[in-house]
Amino acid sequence: MIKPLFTFRYSVIALTLFWLGLFVLVPHVLVLIVSVLSPDPQHLVVWPLTLDSWARLFDPLYLEVFWYSLWLSGLTTLICLLLGYPFAWVLAQLPAWWRGVLLFLMIVPFWTNSLIRTYAIKLSLGNKGVVNSLLVGLGITDEPVELLYTPFAVVFGLVYVLLPFMVLPLVASFDKLDKHLLEAARDLGAGWWQRFRHVVLPLTMPGVIAGCLIVFLPAMGMFYVSDLLGGAKNLLLGNIIRNQFMVVHDWPFGAALSVALIMLMAMLLWLYFAANRRINRQGGLDDDGI
Amino acid sequence: MTGFNRKFFQWSFITAIFAWLYLPIVLLVVNSFNDSKYGHEWKGFTWKWYEKLFENEALVQAFLNSLLIAGLAATVATIIGTLMALAIHRYRFPLKGTASGMLFVVMMSPDIVLAITFLVVFIALGIQLGFWSLLIAHITFCLPFVVITVYAQLKGFDKHLLEAAQDLGASESRIFRLIILPLVFPAIIAGWLLSFTLSLDDVIISSFVTGPSFEILPIRVFSMVKVGVSPEVNVLATLLLIISLLLVTLSTLLLRRKY
Repeated sequence: MIKPLFTFRYSVIALTLFWLGLFVLVPHVLVLIVSVLSPDPQHLVVWPLTLDSWARLFDPLYLEVFWYSLWLSGLTTLICLLLGYPFAWVLAQLPAWWRGVLLFLMIVPFWTNSLIRTYAIKLSLGNKGVVNSLLVGLGITDEPVELLYTPFAVVFGLVYVLLPFMVLPLVASFDKLDKHLLEAARDLGAGWWQRFRHVVLPLTMPGVIAGCLIVFLPAMGMFYVSDLLGGAKNLLLGNIIRNQFMVVHDWPFGAALSVALIMLMAMLLWLYFAANRRINRQGGLDDDGI
Repeated sequence: MTGFNRKFFQWSFITAIFAWLYLPIVLLVVNSFNDSKYGHEWKGFTWKWYEKLFENEALVQAFLNSLLIAGLAATVATIIGTLMALAIHRYRFPLKGTASGMLFVVMMSPDIVLAITFLVVFIALGIQLGFWSLLIAHITFCLPFVVITVYAQLKGFDKHLLEAAQDLGASESRIFRLIILPLVFPAIIAGWLLSFTLSLDDVIISSFVTGPSFEILPIRVFSMVKVGVSPEVNVLATLLLIISLLLVTLSTLLLRRKY
């Protein structure tokens, strides 16, 4: 008997493959192709194939910008981690009711428009904003400090927008942490630092890496944060990519930048899975056998 | 450190973080009622910025357009995403690994990269930038979030139910309609809410695939706040904050899981 093609099962499978193929796989391949074509102001891209755009990635002029962008995003990630890790740890020790309430409070900004939140930071950092009022009011400085339109403002804004992204995976990994292991370590005479270093940190490592990934990767692309808080300085990779597509119309170079970003992402993901595997092999808490 | 000191320190830290997260937003809300344009001091209560917002036709139109796109994208993404979760959970098919990989790529890729892939494919396919390009892009970036929400629920329930139905001769579509759908319904709603929020929140992808024919909120707001202070944006912030509060509450109540 021949099965009809229009069964529910085949339609569902076809829809899945069609949508993901047409709007995810094909576009990614196209970007890769665009990155090796030649730029053309009229037709966006033209033949012949060339590696010029890729070579330009190594142009010292651009390299400097990349490193600076990586540095700002890395700094953002580090600050988010330094704030988010103790936060998640404290949260994990609270009674369930409080934990629920505080998590809720952390998710609300996560669900609130990030452009609006960036604007809120812009107002707070202005010469007459709340931060400067505090500084002057407390007598820390005599007159308002220029905070807005500096790299500091960009990092401040990025941390503000992305902190919930760091906290949520960390909270999830602290939830999985078996408190008995900590008690066992304490009974065996491990001090505060030893318990942290040998029990808590390794077991929450997947959360740390996941959090860093979902802060670091978007941080490089958030051009509107840099536009609003950093002035017209194009501090982030996102600004450069956007300029190539929207202003300069050098699509191949913009595409090459994007592909480079994807490769960076792949590398970081590989690190994440490697760390996860390591924990599972050591008989971590994900292990169903325990 | 004594127990009291430690507790005190912990709560101060948590309070400081939340104060920092909420103070700038609360200031926007307060200033949306402030008679002073620049909001450096309190000059009395007023509704005038709300009135001004509703008189600003272009802004209201952009707001409605955004809600339309978010509603449509969330609905379509929820339908397709639920079916995809089903396919990945229940069926074997060629390229299944690739399909899950693609969903993972969409979830992890920075928005800026997705934005470029969408822009390139719309130009290549000759889809005019505007309503349809925005809708397709928004559906696609919401999909993985629906899939993982629904998939998690699918994994959670008893497989024997489905086997029993199959043995009794129920067709796949009947099993889906009568058993799977009711069981994963909370996850479906939660997926819809999350998609709606993600769509409303997006700036980066929208700014690449939007066209002059169809303006949505983030693009409009971006150009407004780039130049300087505008009290209407405070009002918008207040409205959007209320919307997100409602949605988070709803989804928390529905799922009653960690987040």
